Amino acid sequence: MVDIVTSHHSPVTSKKEVKISIRNLNIWYQDMQVIKNVNLDVEKNKVTAIIGPSGCGKSTLIKSINRMLDMIPEAEVGGTILLDGQNIYDMDETFLRKRIGMVFQMPNPFPKSIFENIAYGLKIHKMFKSKQDLYFKVEKALKQAALWDEVKDKLDKFALDLSGGQQQRLCIARCIALEPEVVLFDEPCSALDPVATVKIEELIEDLKKNYTIVIVTHNMQQAARISDYTAFLYLGNLVEFGPTQKIFTTPQNKMTEHYLTGKFG
Amino acid sequence: MNSRKVKEFVGFAILRLATFLILSALFIILYFIIIRGIKVINWQFLTHKPCEGMTSGGIFPAILGTFYLTLCAICFALPLGVAAAIYLVEYARQGRLVRIVRIGINNLAGVPSIVFGLFGLAVFVKYFGFGVSILSGGLTLGILILPVIIRASEEAILAVPNSLREASLALGATKWQTIYRIVLPNAIPGILTGSILGIGRAAGETAPILFTAVTFYSAKLPTSIFSEVQALPYHIYALMTEGTHPETQIPIAYGTALVLLFLVLGIDLLAIVIRRRARRRKW
Amino acid sequence: MKRTQKENLIKGFFCLPASLSIFFLLGIVIVLFKEGLPIFKVTSLKEFLFGKFWYPTYEPPEFGILPLILGSFLVTFGALVISVPLGVAGAIYISEVASPKIKESIKPVIELLAGIPSVVYGFFGMVIVAPQVAKIFDLAVGLNAFTASLILGIMAIPTITSISEDAISAVPKKFKEASYALGANKWETILRVILPAAGGGITTAVILGMARVYGETMTVLMVAGGAAVIPRSFFEPVRTMTATIAAEMGEAVAGSTHFYALFAIAIVLFVITLSFNILADILSQRFRKRLG
Repeated sequence: MVDIVTSHHSPVTSKKEVKISIRNLNIWYQDMQVIKNVNLDVEKNKVTAIIGPSGCGKSTLIKSINRMLDMIPEAEVGGTILLDGQNIYDMDETFLRKRIGMVFQMPNPFPKSIFENIAYGLKIHKMFKSKQDLYFKVEKALKQAALWDEVKDKLDKFALDLSGGQQQRLCIARCIALEPEVVLFDEPCSALDPVATVKIEELIEDLKKNYTIVIVTHNMQQAARISDYTAFLYLGNLVEFGPTQKIFTTPQNKMTEHYLTGKFG
Repeated sequence: MNSRKVKEFVGFAILRLATFLILSALFIILYFIIIRGIKVINWQFLTHKPCEGMTSGGIFPAILGTFYLTLCAICFALPLGVAAAIYLVEYARQGRLVRIVRIGINNLAGVPSIVFGLFGLAVFVKYFGFGVSILSGGLTLGILILPVIIRASEEAILAVPNSLREASLALGATKWQTIYRIVLPNAIPGILTGSILGIGRAAGETAPILFTAVTFYSAKLPTSIFSEVQALPYHIYALMTEGTHPETQIPIAYGTALVLLFLVLGIDLLAIVIRRRARRRKW
Repeated sequence: MKRTQKENLIKGFFCLPASLSIFFLLGIVIVLFKEGLPIFKVTSLKEFLFGKFWYPTYEPPEFGILPLILGSFLVTFGALVISVPLGVAGAIYISEVASPKIKESIKPVIELLAGIPSVVYGFFGMVIVAPQVAKIFDLAVGLNAFTASLILGIMAIPTITSISEDAISAVPKKFKEASYALGANKWETILRVILPAAGGGITTAVILGMARVYGETMTVLMVAGGAAVIPRSFFEPVRTMTATIAAEMGEAVAGSTHFYALFAIAIVLFVITLSFNILADILSQRFRKRLG
């Protein structure tokens, strides 16, 4: 067994604006503890990547941020997660999820038309004034997701007929149509080919101006390319967290170094 | 509470109410038939013949008749159904023939039961000359439950994991040896469930035996498969429609209905229990 | 070599029973047409289907089955009005709202409801429901289309509920996840994502429930009242095609025009159920493809 250092305190200093603050987070699935006392601050309008070998708890961690973990009845959460200083468990989860959007590992468009996919959340949250306004917002979201040019002539087509990469960008558009503050990406490229992956990465780069982004990835190059901060998670422990540059060039922890150099994972 | 939450609350309340209504329908039916049927049921009722123009006595011939009819139906349908399922899953390549056969099975399952009755009348009673008899009625019921048995057996055979088949074939067993020694033994619980459900269905059907097997009253018990018989479902119908003394015959009908329900639902429950046990099994 | 021959023999042996179901289906078609078509020597197809009077034993007889067709459709329609909302709502409750424990105990109950023989439903309708209907609506007799629809509605529920439940459970989890992640609550997700996605399967369920009711014999024979006239309201006695065959075949002499006419009714019955089933088949296949 290699030595596991308990979580570092966040390197984020006070003048930077913290969007999400995770404190003493512990998560159990029945008897198995999958997240162990994690402390993490996510900075506003930056990309924070969570890396680590599969099964380390990355997905669980990111799903706890928008309370998608509530869907799993046997998952038990201890500790606090604050969004702009407010405990997420004090909020209505539907409102929380409007503010914190999520893009999943597998593209999951609804079996509806392209237009209806984007309009779905807008309708749920009654975020449009008129038909034109709805159309305008759908168009805006598709443009932001760099999908508009490809689909503008076939908005009424079945969304599941799009290619995998297009489906994933549609899901991103569907998410940002709600004008969330944070977007969570759970390994968004793992089901995509390299070309589609590049497009998504460019998109994330672009979205960072307006949104706070947390991305889970098992692809270290991807983390290095697109993130500002990187958190290394191993067996439920936050082993190391800091500016991406620093983590990749001068990791403080031996575990991190081993992982980054491909000695395990 | 905001309006979205109110809508959700009301929506769920409606769903609960609907489910409650469905469940209460079953309980109301069971309640009346059990409460009123139990009064007339005793040992004599179950073991004696009807007497005094069906206004008193028991229903033994009807119980026996239903037993014979069901036995005949299952003896016909079980081997055929299991064999058909083996062919469909293990042998047939997924081509046009299988598709046509499957359409045939689906549609046979949807044919109204009275149409089976007409088929049995024209083919077994008249064309083959079996007359109104256990054999004619049993065969008609057998065709009726064939799709039930094929589907259940197919599902059971499909559920046997391929790794077991591969393991057997890799040891040099032939396909048939694999089916006979590996697949079938593992599929037995599912096949059993299917055949039990088939038995329940056959025991409760009236329309198919109306012109092929039953009689309202026969003085003697059936002596061969060519005898006509009394049957529980038809007995209820006949008491209610051809009876002349409702005040004494309706209670008998209640008793008969309870016996029939007990039989059919008991059979169904047995199937449910067996299926649950089989599902709990891990591969 | 010998071994493969044996294997082929076994394969051929099993092919026979598999094709039997087709054989029986064709057999039914042949029998119905052979025994039913002769009626058109004495009446035309148009007179048969659209004739308003069913007097098979009069002299001269009249073989118009329009009242019977309408009777069948009236009770089927009435039954669907009851069973579709209840059945689909029950299916949603079981698959989306109920806890696993409740779900496990409700499903067998629904199966038992399906297992009750139709003659018992008919009996229950005659002795319990009909007198109540007569009392509530102030009628002389409670045996009418309304009572029949009520009972048939209960009978159709298990079919509709169990097939709808399968369809709803087959909706991939990823769609639900996507909806919740966008901030929808459970009810909104059910209405806007799950039901539309399961729509094809639910339609299949409704069609199969409809086929079940439409082909039902004993219940309508006992409960619907049995008047072979064109129904004008739900509170009048009606006669369906199935009930007519069941009630009259016993008295019809083989080879008589009445006998042929009853087989001809069965042709109509068979053709309509067949189209219901084929429609359901097509829809459920499309449903599966759509969810990919």
